[in-house]
Amino acid sequence: MIDFDISLIVAGVIAGAAPLVLATIGETLTEKSGLINLSLDGSILLAAMAAFVIALKMESLLAGFAAGALVGATAAAVVAMFGIFLGQNQVAVGFVMTLMTRDLAYFIGNPYSRIQGFHTAPMPVPLLEQLPFAGVVLFNHHLPVYLSIVLTGACWWYIYRTSPGLKLQAVGENPKAAHARGINPRRVQLLYAVCGGILVGLAGATFSLCTKPGWGRPQGAEGIGWIALALVIFGGWHPVKAAAGAYLFSILQVLGIFLQEWLPTIPSQVFQVAPFPLMIFTLLIMSFGQNPSIQRRAEKRKWAAQLLRFFSNMAPAGLGRSYRPD
Amino acid sequence: MTATPNSSTGSILFRQVLEIFVLLGFVSAFTILVMVLTGAPPLAACYHLFMGSLGSWVKFSHVVKAWIPLTLCACGLLFTFRIGLWNIGVEGQLIMGSVFATWVLRMGMERPGDGSFWLTAALAASVIGGAVWAGIAGFLKTKGGVNEIFAGLGLNFVAQAVVLWLIFGPWKQPGVASMSGTETFPVPLWLQVAPALRISTAALLIAASALVLTGFLLGCTRVGLRLKAVGSNPFAAVLFGLRPDLLMFVAMLFAGGFAGIAGNLQVTSIYHRLIPSISSNYGYLGLLVVMLANYNIWLIAPVALFFACLNVGSIQLPMMLQLDSSLGGVIQGALVLATLGVHAWRKTKNTGNEP
Repeated sequence: MIDFDISLIVAGVIAGAAPLVLATIGETLTEKSGLINLSLDGSILLAAMAAFVIALKMESLLAGFAAGALVGATAAAVVAMFGIFLGQNQVAVGFVMTLMTRDLAYFIGNPYSRIQGFHTAPMPVPLLEQLPFAGVVLFNHHLPVYLSIVLTGACWWYIYRTSPGLKLQAVGENPKAAHARGINPRRVQLLYAVCGGILVGLAGATFSLCTKPGWGRPQGAEGIGWIALALVIFGGWHPVKAAAGAYLFSILQVLGIFLQEWLPTIPSQVFQVAPFPLMIFTLLIMSFGQNPSIQRRAEKRKWAAQLLRFFSNMAPAGLGRSYRPD
Repeated sequence: MTATPNSSTGSILFRQVLEIFVLLGFVSAFTILVMVLTGAPPLAACYHLFMGSLGSWVKFSHVVKAWIPLTLCACGLLFTFRIGLWNIGVEGQLIMGSVFATWVLRMGMERPGDGSFWLTAALAASVIGGAVWAGIAGFLKTKGGVNEIFAGLGLNFVAQAVVLWLIFGPWKQPGVASMSGTETFPVPLWLQVAPALRISTAALLIAASALVLTGFLLGCTRVGLRLKAVGSNPFAAVLFGLRPDLLMFVAMLFAGGFAGIAGNLQVTSIYHRLIPSISSNYGYLGLLVVMLANYNIWLIAPVALFFACLNVGSIQLPMMLQLDSSLGGVIQGALVLATLGVHAWRKTKNTGNEP
């Protein structure tokens, strides 16, 4: 058995979760405005490819991350334009974009497969890195990892504590009422689709330049977009809870490595499916929570009432329906 | 959709031709742009796409093998789209069809005898497998209030995990488990291939009858009409005494059943075992086929054929031009996206105001 150090494992969990955290808070931001960007799984890959290739060509990591962000923003903008301004089904457009951006990534990235490229270096925070436990866990990471932690808090603060954040919530909950209050719902949705897309693109760039450096088919980021979509729901459209879900998933992946030793017949991919049943379970409990007869029955049992309360976070009421001004 | 009073038949025809040109122009421009970015020769790529799919009978037989599951999935999806459900779970339903078929055929492997009995049993089992998986999503939608997109998506990944678990666990090959899948079935448990055609006539017949059955059920029966009624206006449908939840469940069962058959044919006529990528993404591609065909049963067969050509032709690209085979997927995606754009444009033209 490996001689393992708990602080190193926790640090690994936090570092491994970074791209997933970025993607989940990005998608949370977008979905808060009532728009679903289903293209995540493909756009993360395309952003990862673009980031790797641009960083290689321009010999600049910064350019790589910028390219990733630009790709993520563009993919999200396409979904938003079709969904909001052209009146097409958001899910349909997002789904097509998922498949197309994934194939684009493989096609354009093919000549750059398995090439040695650039990757980020660890950036320990001076002084703080010498703290006994927290030093290793929190302050000895690559830049995108710090970004993922800071942005989670910043996103929560922005959505729930600032005036534009409240406007964002208003549009997601009731675009018509928001319109009546002088907010342009379509412009807000487009804005947050692009903001969310930037974070999703950064998640892709983090993959190919930091977490799993390099490009290839498969890259290793496959499926992560779907997991992010599941975690947004599991987190009840709350950035901090969604990020917590991402850390849970990261823990699960680490556990999977250990479980593999005890249960060698089960491939590690099987453990990674956990977010999906959890997502369905969350949606089910949320839907039950709205049912008055189930609410009444749950009052009698303490655990049931607590369960309903825990999952009482409602989806933005206008989610997935494009707003059309009269 | 109502036509404006001053639009004559001629101008409608003109607009449709214009739309097709805009569509093809956009898709070619986009594809050429992508190829120029990669430094790939566009003309040579087109040539290999064409010759790789329609260049010889052997290659065309591969196209037909891809056309069959695509058509089956698309047929099933017509039922769910008709009632307004986005059955993204079709991929998992196909996978479960394969799993159930493999399960029955493994029983047949232990008891040698009549192959056709086991193949028939496997067909029935795969319909049940697909329908059960779709039924779970349908049940979650109608009784649990869970959106069918998220339920279906989740179940897709669960189905994929089930396949991996089976291949590496209970159904692993004697000796060592590997990504190459379960043990290959003996020849009597293969769907027989007509030697002259290189295609299983039974599979072709199943796909053709699925098209006819879907067209008949949706176009000529009460069930089809009711699905459409609920799809157009669920609230009005309730007033007419229809049960949207029941009909949604039925539509899901049909979609799952057809997808299950597609999964069965992947096992019995293509791979002859269960492999991790048994679905070949045909479920997801089926969604694109239906969208490109604009939910029109008459266009399913040609669109599925075109998609199958792109899929099979792309296989040549890595060998001939050192390009990735995903070019076919890029063209498919660009086509569907452009079609959605054209629909939006048509809507503006018809209503005459801002979309």
